[in-house]
Amino acid sequence: MNTALRIPLVQLAHARSGDKADWVDFGLFAWNEAGYRILAREVTAAKVQAHFAPWLPGQVDAWPLPNILAMKFVLHGALQGGGARNLRLDNLGKAMGAALLRMEIEVSPEELEQAQKSPRRGWWPEVSPRS
Amino acid sequence: MTQSIRIGSGLGFYGDNWEPVVASIERGGVQFIASDHLAELTLAILQKDRQRDPSLGYARDVVPMLLRLWPLMQSRGVRFVCNAGGLNPMGAAHAVRTALATQGWHPRIAVVSGDDVLDKLQDGQTHFDHMMNGAEVNSVRERLVFGNAYLGAQPIVDALDQGADIVITGRVADAALFLGPLVHALGWKLSDAASAQDFNRLAQGLTVGHLLECSGQGSGGNFGDQSHWQNIPDLSHIGYPIAEVFADGTAIITKAPGTGGLVNFDTVRQQLLYEVHNPHAYFSPDVVLDMGQIELADEGDNRVRLTGAQGSAPTPQLKVVAGFKEGFKADVTWGFSWPDAWDKVQAAEAIVRTQLRERKIPFDELFVEYPGLNSAHGALAPLPTTAELNERHEIWVRMVLRTPSKTAADGFGRLFPWMALSGPAYTCGFQGMNSSSELLGIWPTLIDRHLVKAHVEMLEVQA
Repeated sequence: MNTALRIPLVQLAHARSGDKADWVDFGLFAWNEAGYRILAREVTAAKVQAHFAPWLPGQVDAWPLPNILAMKFVLHGALQGGGARNLRLDNLGKAMGAALLRMEIEVSPEELEQAQKSPRRGWWPEVSPRS
Repeated sequence: MTQSIRIGSGLGFYGDNWEPVVASIERGGVQFIASDHLAELTLAILQKDRQRDPSLGYARDVVPMLLRLWPLMQSRGVRFVCNAGGLNPMGAAHAVRTALATQGWHPRIAVVSGDDVLDKLQDGQTHFDHMMNGAEVNSVRERLVFGNAYLGAQPIVDALDQGADIVITGRVADAALFLGPLVHALGWKLSDAASAQDFNRLAQGLTVGHLLECSGQGSGGNFGDQSHWQNIPDLSHIGYPIAEVFADGTAIITKAPGTGGLVNFDTVRQQLLYEVHNPHAYFSPDVVLDMGQIELADEGDNRVRLTGAQGSAPTPQLKVVAGFKEGFKADVTWGFSWPDAWDKVQAAEAIVRTQLRERKIPFDELFVEYPGLNSAHGALAPLPTTAELNERHEIWVRMVLRTPSKTAADGFGRLFPWMALSGPAYTCGFQGMNSSSELLGIWPTLIDRHLVKAHVEMLEVQA
């Protein structure tokens, strides 16, 4: 392995966040199998918890879903008690999916290249500006 | 037995846009539209309406929505299921019947109720521990303002079996709005489900409902990533998702031809995991869903084939979400321009804290965030240096007072105006003079099924 790179998840994944009472949940999605192998290794519950800890130091649960190349995370205590009591502008944590995509992971240059060059599984009508 | 039916997404929340539903009805070949008007917190809004006027307490957008959509649905035999009844499904049904009658339309309307369990939470006879932190409901019992169980699909099936054109419910599981029509039209077993096949079909139906219950979020809206979202076509004319569901439970997720948005592997799975906790045990009143073997086969051209949802028998309890009064807040947003904008914002905040202290204003918290700098990601968005911040063109601060005192919240905005003439210079905007509102805590809990009795009533048609 060459020197490992540190990259933000946004280079390899997409994500959506949602709220239920005081918990925020995240779906994190690799574009292809090569990307999923990296996510499954790098994005553990402990690392997600450490990523959010300076802001929201709650427990994190994680479930891998290889059938859809995805990871599910739940962050406890993320909304000051829930959306109708949360004082933040983003009281429902809609932008928190992006906060997860800021998280940095370690990859080798080879596996990063493979994940970024492998075709996406989804059908997209036009060429992406990134590909 | 019908081989397949098509069901389309209505609204995804109270205040959503119904215009995209027109394309689903006119060009999507749907037989049913199901519409979710109730987010977790919507009942809190409706409760305030009901306090002002007991004839309200429902999602009022259902009336203009049906004035627009009903003639299109009626002529094609499309039936409509929604939870716009909120805290007052009968009130919603009467309002819809009256409004449609003015146009000479007289659909058969069914009302589903029985979800209101506030009295049971208040009577002290049963434990209603908080699902997430285990706390005893006694700590908030006096402050509860609503409490509703999530009903399942059975009363919706019953209403459709009785010939309802429009079904209006209170709180039901969001996906049950879709599962009900599927069970009705495809003849699936529901309360008598017993075999693995029965539960797997229900699991497929629940998954369909989950994918469709948030309108455009299931067809390319709110797609969260960097840059690919820009390749999702024409969000101005997004088509809401439609499912074609076969008798064996297999489903095709798609949308009406000629609409914007995108239905593919990526957009569908973002919605699949939305607001799900353990994906191997997604609880509903009708079936427990395991997503671990779901397959989403992308067939291209806005078609995704859904198979593999695994179901098992539901639990003996239903979920309840209650709300309780949790004090008041008032928020002010205030901007200052270059130069020294950051230092001015800090000076303004210090003056506000001085006033709170010297006037002995009671409060629990003064929450401060800086829109444009850290209101989205808090400490994960570290602030630039003070020198850099002072060179910014402008800095905005949002100060939110949380207090048990309504008077303190109502008066918060009045701490600010004098500073326009006597405070730091170059203020460039102020909002929030009258911004106080009540905060509500949320209390998710469980209730034994036998304590909840769903009720279906067909409204008399007044032709």
